[in-house]
Amino acid sequence: MSNFSRRFKSLFLVELRSGMGVTLRHFFKRKVTQQYPEEKTPLSPRFRGLHALRRYPNGEERCIACKLCEAVCPALAITIESEQRADGTRRTTRYDIDLTKCIFCGYCEESCPVDSIVETHIFEYHGEQRGDLYMTKEKLLAIGDKYEAEIARCRQEDANYR
Amino acid sequence: MIDWIITTFGHLPVVIRTVILIALFLIPLMLSVAYLTLAERKIIGAMQVRMGPNRVGFLGFRMWGLGQPIADAVKLMFKEIIIPTGSNKYLFIISPILSIAPALAAWAVIPFSKDVVFANVNAGLLYVLAVTSIGVYGVIIAGWSSNSKYALLGAMRSAAQIVSYEIAMGFALVGVLMAAGSLNLGEIVAAQKGNIGHWFIWPLLPLFVVYFISGVAETNRAPFDVAEGESEIVAGFHVDYSGMAFAVFFLAEYANMILIAALTSIMFLGGWMSPLAGWDAVTTLPFIGPIFDSGVHWLLIKIAFFLFCFLWLRATFPRYRYDQIMRLGWKVFIPITIVWLLVVGVAILAKLPPWWGA
Repeated sequence: MSNFSRRFKSLFLVELRSGMGVTLRHFFKRKVTQQYPEEKTPLSPRFRGLHALRRYPNGEERCIACKLCEAVCPALAITIESEQRADGTRRTTRYDIDLTKCIFCGYCEESCPVDSIVETHIFEYHGEQRGDLYMTKEKLLAIGDKYEAEIARCRQEDANYR
Repeated sequence: MIDWIITTFGHLPVVIRTVILIALFLIPLMLSVAYLTLAERKIIGAMQVRMGPNRVGFLGFRMWGLGQPIADAVKLMFKEIIIPTGSNKYLFIISPILSIAPALAAWAVIPFSKDVVFANVNAGLLYVLAVTSIGVYGVIIAGWSSNSKYALLGAMRSAAQIVSYEIAMGFALVGVLMAAGSLNLGEIVAAQKGNIGHWFIWPLLPLFVVYFISGVAETNRAPFDVAEGESEIVAGFHVDYSGMAFAVFFLAEYANMILIAALTSIMFLGGWMSPLAGWDAVTTLPFIGPIFDSGVHWLLIKIAFFLFCFLWLRATFPRYRYDQIMRLGWKVFIPITIVWLLVVGVAILAKLPPWWGA
């Protein structure tokens, strides 16, 4: 009997027709496409985009050249050189991130003891030459200065869960 | 329309007049092929709950992506046609032509309306069967001349599939010609004169289903696209084609789709006949009466419906396994058509109204 009903179903295309019903229903449904440049999906506070170096409110750069990020970076994208300043603190003289190597894993941000190196929400950037994607300390600090308000807001939002 | 063309171009030599006629027909056909590709992307997109192309328009306006086919065509025209070193160059070049020529040549006998047909030949149905069968050579030769494993596999699959389904298709058409008593496509439509109840789809329903599904298989469209099989053999028979040579294969596939849709409408849905034909209260209305009366627009509407079905099938079903395709063609469709031919024969002998009654 089950054999008969199976043959009946396949001969009269019962299941194929119900499948076509599904696609026809979806044909008239509201479309879920995000029209990208005009509409954007919301980003998590933990979104890992372009890097930035932060400063303390008094203007002093946070990075103390501990080189934890350089050590943890799985793609070996970070290069740091440092020396002692006249006031006895240790600061970087060079802090480079090669974005063509970076895999945006976020380990540098996780490892930073002073919340200096962070990844921002910026994901729409480009370079026209290879060198454009080689972020130097100046560039990273400039990004940090420009977006400090947003960076601080995201850290604040995420702080409870860390 | 034909009359107007003949009076306008009548004084020209026959060759030039024919060329003009062909051009007048081919340009709209090629445009509809181009926009069929857009319709395919939009419709399948809609069935997958997304929007499909909607950016490219004209003069800075988006216009729901209406510029997309033009942009695609221009892109393909500017691409290089790469001819593989190991290929047979002559056959490699000639096979796209072999594949599109029959798809266009078959239109010669398609009647658009009572008088609008290029060649009113009596063996129209035979001509259509013969010419569309030639299309398979384009695929086979393309696969062989590319000198590539994938292309050859695609061509072999396509050849076996098209040959198998041509039999079921032919048998389905035997039913039509029994019912109409003629091989002339114009007379087949004339035999379905009357309203929707007089169309051959009702007495020949199983043959209609078999014909349309075989048509999908003939054109190598999903779910019968094993010849292309992009997830198994890259792109099947046209892996090695690029630029315009590839575009010609593409055009041929879509022209074949439109052709199959037109043939199905003509043979089972009464071609240019209106479903309301014969209902004088409606067809003689002032101004809007001609819309409900028979005319070429009804043929176009039916073609559009079947093209939608082609895309609908593609959006719904996964690709058939190869042995299942063969089983469906040989062990299901051919027996169904043969049995139904007997039924049709009995119905004709019994003069079953309204199709064969007095």
